[in-house]
Amino acid sequence: MFKVVFAVFAGWPTHFARQLSTRRHLAPVCAVSAPPAPAVRAPATTGSVKKAQTLTEKILARHSNNASVAPGQNIWTNVDKLMTHDVCGPGTFGIFQREFGENAQVWDPEKVVIIPDHYIFTSDPRANRNVDILRDMVKQYGIKYFYDITDRSDFKANPDYKGVCHIALAQEGHCKPGEVLFGTDSHTCNAGAFGQFATGVGNTDAGFILGTGKLLIKVPPTMRFVLEGEMPSHLLAKDLILQIIGEITVAGGTYKAMEFTGPVVDAMTMEDRMTICNMVVEAGGKNGTCPPDQTTFDYVRERTSELFEPVYADDSASYVQDYRFDVSKLQPLVAAPHSPDNRKNAADCRDVKIDRVYIGSCTGGKTEDFQAAARLLHRAGGRVVVPTFLVPATQKVWADMYGQPLPDCGGLTAAQVFEAAGCVAPAAPSCAACLGGPKDTFARMNEPQVCVSTTNRNFPGRMGHKDGQVYLASPYTAAASALAGRVADPRDYGA
Amino acid sequence: MMYRTANLGHWTVSTQPLALARCALTQRRGAGRRQQRLCVAASSNGSGNSRVIRGKCYITRDNIDTDQIIPAEYLTLVPSKPEEYEKLGSYAMIGLPTELYKQRYIEDNKMKTEYPIVIGGENFGCGSSREHAPVALGASGAKVVVAQSFARIFFRNCVATGELYPCETDVRLCDELETGREVEVDMDRDVLTDVATGKQFLLKPLGEAGPVVDAGGLFEYARQTGMINAA
Repeated sequence: MFKVVFAVFAGWPTHFARQLSTRRHLAPVCAVSAPPAPAVRAPATTGSVKKAQTLTEKILARHSNNASVAPGQNIWTNVDKLMTHDVCGPGTFGIFQREFGENAQVWDPEKVVIIPDHYIFTSDPRANRNVDILRDMVKQYGIKYFYDITDRSDFKANPDYKGVCHIALAQEGHCKPGEVLFGTDSHTCNAGAFGQFATGVGNTDAGFILGTGKLLIKVPPTMRFVLEGEMPSHLLAKDLILQIIGEITVAGGTYKAMEFTGPVVDAMTMEDRMTICNMVVEAGGKNGTCPPDQTTFDYVRERTSELFEPVYADDSASYVQDYRFDVSKLQPLVAAPHSPDNRKNAADCRDVKIDRVYIGSCTGGKTEDFQAAARLLHRAGGRVVVPTFLVPATQKVWADMYGQPLPDCGGLTAAQVFEAAGCVAPAAPSCAACLGGPKDTFARMNEPQVCVSTTNRNFPGRMGHKDGQVYLASPYTAAASALAGRVADPRDYGA
Repeated sequence: MMYRTANLGHWTVSTQPLALARCALTQRRGAGRRQQRLCVAASSNGSGNSRVIRGKCYITRDNIDTDQIIPAEYLTLVPSKPEEYEKLGSYAMIGLPTELYKQRYIEDNKMKTEYPIVIGGENFGCGSSREHAPVALGASGAKVVVAQSFARIFFRNCVATGELYPCETDVRLCDELETGREVEVDMDRDVLTDVATGKQFLLKPLGEAGPVVDAGGLFEYARQTGMINAA
């Protein structure tokens, strides 16, 4: 409807001018009032839209000095931010120094964000050395944003330390609509929740960005996922992305942008949107996006005073594939071993006996993830029957667990509910066992056990032991499974 | 054709042919390593500057993810440090499940593999963005992965580092060959030959990615072609 309205107004001045030029004998019109501004303008009509583009195309066009870009086109994109962590940061700086020389400077020390998070609370000397290397690099190059940890015995003694990079990036105000973010981690696509282009790269590409602030990339075609229908109370965002990955497979999004839209996305919190975008790489996707809206702006403005310019997909943009999901018909899901696309209804896996539950990571270790798990435990009552490990993504999440009373839970905090239910006390924020890590990593699967986990990947060996079995699930399903000692449908436990 | 374009993904460099004789290149910087290995491989089969690699192949299946190629516990090794680069190589493919892969890619207590050619199914290299994955394979002595398709970050990392040729094929070679078979991967003629039987399988052209791997990676290629200044 807005498109029609706009077309009428857009055509107005030209039409008027033509009329004027054909009536030369008339006195010149001195005061032509501008066409009245439409009361509401569809955001997609801002700017000079010559070619309809998807959200991803539009961001990449703006960052490569092009009026428009097309899928398959090679462009040099300007980079707004580069994020790296303790696993890939030392190698990235190593390549930067080797290739650009000893005296080179990074392209913009205010645009590099370094977040140690992977292997922090370990006695592994090489892991500890890698954080030391990062600290040296930060000093040498004057990097502005470094979330350091020096006292590993007590994470709370390190006010700068945040935790899992993707969540820290968002919480510290580094994610902004319309921007281009690269990170040396595949889950960098998490930030697409903010309506930005965000994707993971290797050390060599990151080293190139460090020196130049640019990267040569191919514009991806965009797949669109319209999520509509009423969201059932027993489902969480994690169920939706598991549904999508199950539908298109672990390679279904390869080289593609995945745009999530529709009323269900509009109603989501930023954390929900992050859960969805975080896992696009599990479908092979290059990046994921959600259209920015007031929810996005509120979140961003609470955290940064830097300006940003949101962009939106045009209504007539073309998509390589278009999916529609009626979420009201979906069931609580798991991804069974050993692939994130091995989708099954949680209810159909009730026979699977489990040894442990893990709630954590960039995908499933945010404040709302813990609140959801705690709410279910509180409603269901009783105690967990398998070890249940909780790893908040960041210090902020940890503080929320202890400080925020849960709605409708008698004033209890998530931490109190977890303690009452017999969960293992929340660990220090970090990536922890989501990707195994050094042998002494908290909650690492050192035995061939079966785990229900709110993390993102379940290929063989992902959480440690090669023969371990990981069922990926929502925080509701994880909490219900902890009570059951088997994979459980959260509806059986009051969700 | 569309499929191929999509899978070349981000590789984006100009297709101008390299006039430089690859073996004559200096070996300054890490990228030189790759050069050296290639030259050895090429001269050993007497085919000069061609992209021909001959040796035993190692068969893997679909969705070999980066945790199987190099498990996360070894990521503390920093690939840009030469001694840690070598060490990474000794762990290549150590995450493959023992039951499914009884023949290991690298034998116990060895640093290098005897299989310079890795065969995969669909979606080889999916999972994390760790560059340690192609680096570990390259450091172990692998020269090419021939698969039906690649995950995009792995593909890009192969090319950016110049560690491995990521070569695609429509043939499900993991069903056609077994680990230990001698094969010749000819990426000039785009054909893979099973040496014992003489049976040939078509490969897809490397396209724009080829010259970058030839050069030893993104930086070396960019210098050779004048995209960035030679330091």
